[in-house]
Amino acid sequence: MKNEKSTIKKSSIGAKTSRTVANTIIYIVLVVMTVVWMFPFFGIVLESFEVGTKAMDSNLWPIEFGFDNYIRLFTETKFLKWFGNTAFMGVFTALFQTFFILSMSYTLSRLRFKGRKGLMNMMLIMGMFPGFLTLILIKKVFWDLGLTDDMAPVGLIIVYCASSGMGYYVSKGFFDTISKSLDEAARVDGATRWQVFYKVIMPLSKPIVIYTILMGFMAPWGDFMMAKYIINGDPNGMNVAVMMQTWLSKNLLNDNYTMFCAAAVIVAVPVTAVFLALQKYYVEGVTGGAVKG
Amino acid sequence: MKKLNDLEYLKLSKFKAFLYNVKLFFCSIPGWFVKLGLSIWALIKNCAFVIRDEFADIGRTFIKGNWAVKLSFLIFGLGNLYYGQIMRGILFLLFEIAFIVYMFIIPDGGLHDIKLAHLFQNGKTIGDKAGGYGVDPNDKYGAEIWLEGDESTRVLLWALIAVIFIIAFIYTWRLQVKQCRICMDITASGKKIKSGKDDLKSLLDDQFHKTLLTPSIIGITAFTIIPTVFMMIIAFTNFDAAHDGYGTLYSWVGFENFKELTNFGQGGMGAAFSSILGWNLIWAVFATFSNYFLGMMVAIMINKKGIKIKKFWRTVLVMTIAIPQFVSLLYVSKLFAADGILGRLFLNWNLIPQSMLDAYQRGFWENPTTAKILLIVINIWIGIPYVMLMATGILMNIPQDLYESARVDGASGVQQFTKITLPYMLFVTGPYLLTSFVGNLNNFNVIYLLSGGGPPNTSISYAGGVDIGHTDLLITWLFKMTAESASSQYYMASVIGILMFLVVSILSLIVYNVIPSTKNEEDFG
Repeated sequence: MKNEKSTIKKSSIGAKTSRTVANTIIYIVLVVMTVVWMFPFFGIVLESFEVGTKAMDSNLWPIEFGFDNYIRLFTETKFLKWFGNTAFMGVFTALFQTFFILSMSYTLSRLRFKGRKGLMNMMLIMGMFPGFLTLILIKKVFWDLGLTDDMAPVGLIIVYCASSGMGYYVSKGFFDTISKSLDEAARVDGATRWQVFYKVIMPLSKPIVIYTILMGFMAPWGDFMMAKYIINGDPNGMNVAVMMQTWLSKNLLNDNYTMFCAAAVIVAVPVTAVFLALQKYYVEGVTGGAVKG
Repeated sequence: MKKLNDLEYLKLSKFKAFLYNVKLFFCSIPGWFVKLGLSIWALIKNCAFVIRDEFADIGRTFIKGNWAVKLSFLIFGLGNLYYGQIMRGILFLLFEIAFIVYMFIIPDGGLHDIKLAHLFQNGKTIGDKAGGYGVDPNDKYGAEIWLEGDESTRVLLWALIAVIFIIAFIYTWRLQVKQCRICMDITASGKKIKSGKDDLKSLLDDQFHKTLLTPSIIGITAFTIIPTVFMMIIAFTNFDAAHDGYGTLYSWVGFENFKELTNFGQGGMGAAFSSILGWNLIWAVFATFSNYFLGMMVAIMINKKGIKIKKFWRTVLVMTIAIPQFVSLLYVSKLFAADGILGRLFLNWNLIPQSMLDAYQRGFWENPTTAKILLIVINIWIGIPYVMLMATGILMNIPQDLYESARVDGASGVQQFTKITLPYMLFVTGPYLLTSFVGNLNNFNVIYLLSGGGPPNTSISYAGGVDIGHTDLLITWLFKMTAESASSQYYMASVIGILMFLVVSILSLIVYNVIPSTKNEEDFG
């Protein structure tokens, strides 16, 4: 009897210590990860406050703190214009993309009609052709219509939005999770399909609407490939990504490196703030959509 | 190969069971092709049946129909008008008038464009007369000006639109004939025919999908389907900077460009394509699976019972998603450059093996091997947060009693992971793995903003008029070819685009047939 008791006690103590050991290891890993993940961001912020320009390798901690880079950004360059262009694209892309994506995904998820499967397959196949290539033609047409160069923001909004219906997957996954019996009940009560959409489903879909708006808003801030091609190097039509990349080219690097950091801070702060504020919806969208496919 | 039943299978040792599974996989490959053949045959047969039924239906409609129906075979919408569907009738009629006017009546109309494009006639130019400098006919002093000619891109695009218009015309013809038949049937059964008002109302009800889809379909047709078809056609031309279709017209070359892919000489397309594709596949496999497994581990660590401030750890990782990617990518790429802070650090501490460095390869980005490894590592830095978020959601959905019963049976933590967590995750995230694999195949931002494709690969360089580097993917190669090279070989970009399309679609086809979670869409609802 006695013997048995002590072994039970021993094993529970063993389990406890092994658990604390495991937790300690995990804490260490997480702390190391936090440092690794945060390092570049602290680096950018610190280097942006360096007074004057500097070569990259000399020091991370500024020799002298100051706002020179920020001042230079707004007085010597058209940064405000580029920032405005990108924000303009962000707002309108969010607006139109949400319309296209939601209408497409809602239809595919909740309505059954002839050709639905065919439509989905067609979009799947079309999505496999590298979309960048289609820009060769689109750029020629936009050139004729005057939608490249300094009008590039408008052209880019059209490019981002027009076929965004093909990215319906995540929100379709969300709509799939809403019970179909809601629709049926409303239909029995005499609601038209429009009323079901507008009065029954939309009020339940706040998370996915916000998710889609958020994704649309973020897209132009991160797009580099399409923007660079359509903008054609015109300083009036630039978005921040394309312009800031040119600052880091080999011969401009030492002059512009700290200014790049300052610009990065200005770009990152509002976008990050919006994102973190709406984080909850993003997480819901990612987890829901990925599982559903 | 002999198939074992369950009992026999369980008797095998672990190693033999593994061998058996591998064998089974390879033996089933011929079966796939047979299945593919059968399904193609079934498709052809179905098509034949559909066409036969269509013609039978058209014939019956013509024989049974009255004069209005018979005439509507020539004049669109007459049948609808006769049966009182004024709105539909007028729309059909307007469509026909628009078609005839566009195709035949206006000068330089659709038919003219199709003729001018000499569709797929090898050796012929697209358009007849290029623009160029010449004597101004309206100027009495004979000044030189730019005389407008045909513009290949424009001609080809309009020809394509005209062809699409013709297809739409045939479809509409069939549609209105069918509607005549439906009207005939309804009158015969004594019911009331739908009026224009009913039609409009049903757009918010039974036909609601048409209302919702129309804007998207128009957008997708104009900005994806037409440009995609157009760019695929470019693969059969010689469209590049020297034949820009403006001063010099480009012409049809048939399969010449595809033959170029078999050129395995120095700077040849074949050598370049196969070597880039190789690295592209390696990259996609490593990038996808390293992120997937590490991200899952991080999610498990954060979710473990007893770990505090979970929200903080998650937010730290989510920061990388929130900050625009180009900012962090460009900054990190400079950190690791030869004179960047970390790059210098690693060099000073001799953390890169000296054998990898010679006089010209001082930093991470200057050596092919270190550049590739660094790309994958930085991609982990970017990718883990996404997987972590997704995995967190799924982990919470795994029924906890599974773990409890496993614990009672004495399963260790590792066993719980391999027997419960991993299979569940793989099952649920099958589609995610596929999309992220395809996304990584075409991961332009990470490669272009970090390494820019470098260091230069001299053995295949200058294929397609581009300085190709060791870390270039097909998509960055394509980008450089079209946007950054002086010779702008659009035709070659198009060929590569088609091949990328084939690679991705074949991979997806295989994966979709193998993973279970994609098959039953309705099961999840």
